[in-house]
Amino acid sequence: MKFLERQLGDPSRRARLKLGCYVGLAVVLLADVAVPLVFHEKHTISFESWPAFGSVLGLIASVLIVVVSKTIGKLGLMRRETFYDS
Amino acid sequence: MTLEWVHPGLLLILGAWVLPFLKGGSKRAAMLLLPAAAVVVCVYSGTVLSPDNYGKISFLGQQLVFGRVDALSLVFSYVFSAMSLVGMIYALHVDDDAQHVAALTYAGGALGVTFAGDFLSLYVFWELMAISSVFLVWLRRDATAVAAGFRYLLVHVFGGLVLLAGIVLYANAHGGSLTFDNLGDSQHSLAWTLILVAFLVNAAAPPLGAWLPDAYPNATVSGAVFLSAFTTKSAIYVLIRGFPGTEVLVWLGAGMALYGMVYAVLENDARRVLAYDIISQLGYMICGIGIGTQMALNGATAHAFAHIFYKALLFMSAGAVLQVTGRRKLSEMGGLYKTMPITMGLCLVGALSISAVPLFSGFVSKSMVVSATGDLDWQASLAHRNIVFLLLTVAASGTFLHTGLRLPYFMFFGEDAGLPAREPARNMLVAMGVAATACVLIGVAYPLLYWNLPHQPVDYHPYTAAHITSSLGLLAFTGLGFCLLRKQLKPQPGMCVDTDWVYRRLADPCLRVLRGPLTRFEFGFVGQIYEYVIRGPVLGVARWLCRFDSRVVDNTAMGAGRWTQMVSGKLSTLVSGNAQHYGLIMAAGVLTLIVLAMFAR
Repeated sequence: MKFLERQLGDPSRRARLKLGCYVGLAVVLLADVAVPLVFHEKHTISFESWPAFGSVLGLIASVLIVVVSKTIGKLGLMRRETFYDS
Repeated sequence: MTLEWVHPGLLLILGAWVLPFLKGGSKRAAMLLLPAAAVVVCVYSGTVLSPDNYGKISFLGQQLVFGRVDALSLVFSYVFSAMSLVGMIYALHVDDDAQHVAALTYAGGALGVTFAGDFLSLYVFWELMAISSVFLVWLRRDATAVAAGFRYLLVHVFGGLVLLAGIVLYANAHGGSLTFDNLGDSQHSLAWTLILVAFLVNAAAPPLGAWLPDAYPNATVSGAVFLSAFTTKSAIYVLIRGFPGTEVLVWLGAGMALYGMVYAVLENDARRVLAYDIISQLGYMICGIGIGTQMALNGATAHAFAHIFYKALLFMSAGAVLQVTGRRKLSEMGGLYKTMPITMGLCLVGALSISAVPLFSGFVSKSMVVSATGDLDWQASLAHRNIVFLLLTVAASGTFLHTGLRLPYFMFFGEDAGLPAREPARNMLVAMGVAATACVLIGVAYPLLYWNLPHQPVDYHPYTAAHITSSLGLLAFTGLGFCLLRKQLKPQPGMCVDTDWVYRRLADPCLRVLRGPLTRFEFGFVGQIYEYVIRGPVLGVARWLCRFDSRVVDNTAMGAGRWTQMVSGKLSTLVSGNAQHYGLIMAAGVLTLIVLAMFAR
């Protein structure tokens, strides 16, 4: 897969790729804000209709998931690989 | 069996035994033809036959139904038979007849459960699945796999016994009827509870679900693909059939979605990540079953259907990497996109499908369950439905984080581990390609799936502007979170402890602690009771019988012998050898008889 190797191996192309991702992120955020305001779709769950609900929840949830999971892991869930062998 | 219907499960179970007698190309042809025939029979059942009970047999006064053909059983039979075909394509290069026989028997068992209309035939196929599937773990043939297989069997034997107890109690309470259908009329009875628990054991619901991440990562490369498809999804099928609208399942399902997610974020073994992700996805299905509305049950069915293909695809990708590199831990992988680009591409299709990205299968199935939370009609339902909705949406973000991004990133990208690798066998790539095509097809041509869901018409439209933008927002910003916290998500050597700790670690010291008191109790109390209640009286009676035997029985026998000897001695004196004496005695006898005859009259 030479194309991917070229994209990921070259720092300047990687920077362009990163910029493209940020632009994509901004477009998605704008669409997530605009669509509930324009289309007024009916939802039984009220906050489904909030502008940018998915985007905000996505960012908060991902941070929370990592922090909470890692904390639970450190509190005793995570053990060495030979835990059951000894 | 009626001639108009052939059981696709029996076709696989009996046909599997032909494979060891074949060689080379004919064996490979049979490996494909058997599941292909099962697919044809299932499609025939759905398109030509009308919904009815087929394959009815009278046994011990019971009417057994082996072929309940209706919308629910058909949709599961389609995906089970199709998955058995994909799995056999993937295993085509494996030179191990035992694995093929076990896999086909296992798939046949799942089809048997799907078409079973009564508890007895359901139980037989249920146990057949447990026994055949354990061989897919054992046949990895190392000590870890053998031990994991025994633990797997232990849990499933327990589940089977619980199911049997529930069936017996259910039949007893229903005048001996073994018909398997919605068990709502027996709600909260002991039989209902036992059957529910047994089904939940196979659905890997905590705290009874640790067998799944214990056994699946230790299975053979192709065995894990079969395992990912049948046991848990046949459990989902029986839960949809027997327990729709059971409120406790809503919370259990939402909890499972998060529980599997936390473990999947922490795990290092690629197939253990996928195993915990199965538990998380099963949570959505169980939650949908608990909600119990038509849309929720359709959503649970659709998600089970889609899940089988994308999860098999992910297990096939992880299996391909394991087979080629010999590595199973994410911390030892990285940079494989250079040497395994096709595997990487196909794995990404599975990752996008499970993450519910638009145009992929998870988008049209998972969202149906999440949307159905709006139908919850409990008391104080507003708060409940909002909480359940949020939990499931957070779990969706977590799925993208651990399986959509973390797994493929650290497996194929990340730091180059410099592992020598190449693409796997061609048949493995073909199987992955078929599964990937199914994932995209379901996502794009979703009405094909919706038309086959059990409750028609399906009033759900996944591709609305709000749903697309909201989903993309959730996924895109979860991706941003991944980029920001990538270092924290880097796989670390280690493993997570689950509830199997109870029987893997706690049982041993417990037995050591209990051994002393138990021994004292055995000898000091049970032994003494035995001495005084059993041994003493038994020995006393035995002694009395011995004396009776020696004094009464023996003396009687000896006395009879002596008396016989004495009479014989007397009689011997009568034998004179004189014919006149004998004639006189005979005449006296005849005279006596004549006198008796005269007077008796």
